[in-house]
Amino acid sequence: MPQNGPEEVQVPVGPQHPALKEPESFLLSLRGEKITAVNIKLGYNHRGIEKAAENRTYVQDQYLIERICGICSHSHSMCFVQAVEEIAGIEIPARAKYIRTLIAELERVHSHLLWLGVAGHEVGFDTLLMYTWRDREAVMDLFAKLTGNRVNYGMNTMGGVRRDVTPEDLAEIKKVVDVLEERTKYYIEVATEESTLINRLSNVGKLSYEDCINLGAVGPTARASGVDRDTRRDDPYAAYGELEFNVITDKHADVYGRTLVRVQELMESYKMLRQIVDKMPDGPVVVKVPKKVPAGEALSRYEAPRGEDVHFVKGNGTDKPERVRVRAPTLANLQAVSKMLEDNYLADMPIVIAAIDPCFSCTDRMIKLCDTVKLEDRVLTWDEVRVNGIEWYRKNKGLNLAELNASLAGKMGKAWKQ
Amino acid sequence: MEAIAALLTLFFHILIFPGLLFLFVFGLAAEFFDRKFYARMQNRIGPPWYQTLADFIKLIGKEDMIPAAADKVIFHLMPIFAVTAAVTAFMYVPLWSETGIYAFNGDVVVVLYLLTIPTLTFFLGGWYSRSVYSMLGAARSLIQLFAYEVPLFMCILAAAMLADSWSFKGIVEFYSSHPGYWMFNILGLCIALISLLGKLEKTPFDIPEAETEIVAGTFTEYSGKLLAFFKVALNIELVVGASVLAAVFLPFGYGLPLFGGIVMYFIKVLFIIFLVSLAHSVLARLRIDQMINLCWKVFAPLAFLQVFINLLVKGLLLK
Repeated sequence: MPQNGPEEVQVPVGPQHPALKEPESFLLSLRGEKITAVNIKLGYNHRGIEKAAENRTYVQDQYLIERICGICSHSHSMCFVQAVEEIAGIEIPARAKYIRTLIAELERVHSHLLWLGVAGHEVGFDTLLMYTWRDREAVMDLFAKLTGNRVNYGMNTMGGVRRDVTPEDLAEIKKVVDVLEERTKYYIEVATEESTLINRLSNVGKLSYEDCINLGAVGPTARASGVDRDTRRDDPYAAYGELEFNVITDKHADVYGRTLVRVQELMESYKMLRQIVDKMPDGPVVVKVPKKVPAGEALSRYEAPRGEDVHFVKGNGTDKPERVRVRAPTLANLQAVSKMLEDNYLADMPIVIAAIDPCFSCTDRMIKLCDTVKLEDRVLTWDEVRVNGIEWYRKNKGLNLAELNASLAGKMGKAWKQ
Repeated sequence: MEAIAALLTLFFHILIFPGLLFLFVFGLAAEFFDRKFYARMQNRIGPPWYQTLADFIKLIGKEDMIPAAADKVIFHLMPIFAVTAAVTAFMYVPLWSETGIYAFNGDVVVVLYLLTIPTLTFFLGGWYSRSVYSMLGAARSLIQLFAYEVPLFMCILAAAMLADSWSFKGIVEFYSSHPGYWMFNILGLCIALISLLGKLEKTPFDIPEAETEIVAGTFTEYSGKLLAFFKVALNIELVVGASVLAAVFLPFGYGLPLFGGIVMYFIKVLFIIFLVSLAHSVLARLRIDQMINLCWKVFAPLAFLQVFINLLVKGLLLK
């Protein structure tokens, strides 16, 4: 057991751990059951998507960017396409705006239901997980019907959406929303009345208003600390400017507050979905867009279920972007996690991490290597990186294959002799 | 001849009934009941009836992996100790007759002591696994032991005190001859049930093996046959614990003919397992500090209250 001083114990949580659904490393220093320090390491799931986007056309990028996240795929795809449309100066039809908003809100519903289940699982309340995920299926089936896919819907395209919705689809959406609203009311009841659940969520992972602002937290994490910020209202995009909704904030500033914000946001989403279905304008769903996008740059903001998503796109006049930069909401919230974990119990670690609704693979984007001694930036060559990696594993925790092979050969030899 | 017959009876008791085989099958059935009920509560279909046996056979067929740093002797011995202690405890618990297979004055204390041993084996097994998660789980099971054991003992001893006997035989006989007196112990039954959840490491007290925090706690490094034995020990502990509570707190059906007595016994035990599963499906896991506070600040005083009630009853009604 690695030790840090006489009383502190270091517990590795991740990159492989049942509490985390994606690889990310949290090295906790414990004194008894109390957490004294947290060391977060990112980058286990780096996929080089930004670089890949530079080598593909805008249309291909559309589908690549959608695959940044499996849960808020529409968020990333819409954030990207909005930036491109801004560069190209395209105004999309009103019906397309409404359909995009419709998918966006349905995505928020399934994402928040998913989160509620995960939160239940993290505190050992698996029944909540089974219930919410069952209800989430209704939304997934709706997606399959509306877009053809349960995840990665492929609904957005430059200049509009790829599929229209029929009046029957709209009627179906209303029905599903009615059912989900009833169920959500029940979950609000559970979240506000079940005492073991409240005991586990209250006063856990505190994050004050000031810390929220200083650490740049976004989305429900920030709103639960009283930060009244929502891109849908502050910088309306798609059809949000024409919809009526409240931005939910809460003063609890703990995991319980974050739960309340999310379940209340579900109710707001149902309200919006009804308005979208009622107001859905007629007309075309897509306009024709030239293949080549003019030179220029744009920054696009989008309120994903996890918080504000930011994409930056720079065009150079060809059919491929010069640079694409993605800032997923989890990256903004991760700084706050180590603050939240301080002085909490080990038992609260899973729920505190889960409370920001982390999406690590969306976050792992770019690695900048910085010499910590000379403090100068330097780009390593491929060979240097390779040698560095092999050395690191040999020194630290990797297997020494040569040694392993030798010892296995020894064992095998014995077995054969017998 | 007589010696051989006695020896055969002894082996029958240890190996078949009420020993290993009966407890093994009943334990698997209890686990199946728990899992099926848990699944139905969660809107799932749940496993088929042979799933628990299939899981056991699968684990038996797996390779045992032992960490290089672990103490090999203790790592191997602890699962067997756990099973042995739980099975031994069952010999003294009355099922449908008024005594267990073996009985002596003071067997209540011995059974409670034997039921503590599996928790100690979880501690030792986890501690000598030498893995961070196992050691944390081991420490947690021991901390938890100190919290729930006192209310559990107090409640069972309060019931024994009213019966004025330290043997299961005496307790069962007393409550059979004084029908209705078991109702004074209802508070004790509730506390003992909650403490049993702690003993069995079930939600809300599954803190020592909290999956999302410390992987599997004590059992993190266990695999194959040794893990299978630990699982069997937990199942048997569930059955034995439920039988003890049934004998002490629900003392009916001992005068019935054999078949009626057997049915009554299974109903009582399944009822207790049902309550355990219910808690499992509707509660969230507590934190260790909350668990200790609850046990010492709420359940221990309530257990004292139970002792006080029984003293009053004894002084006023049983003169």
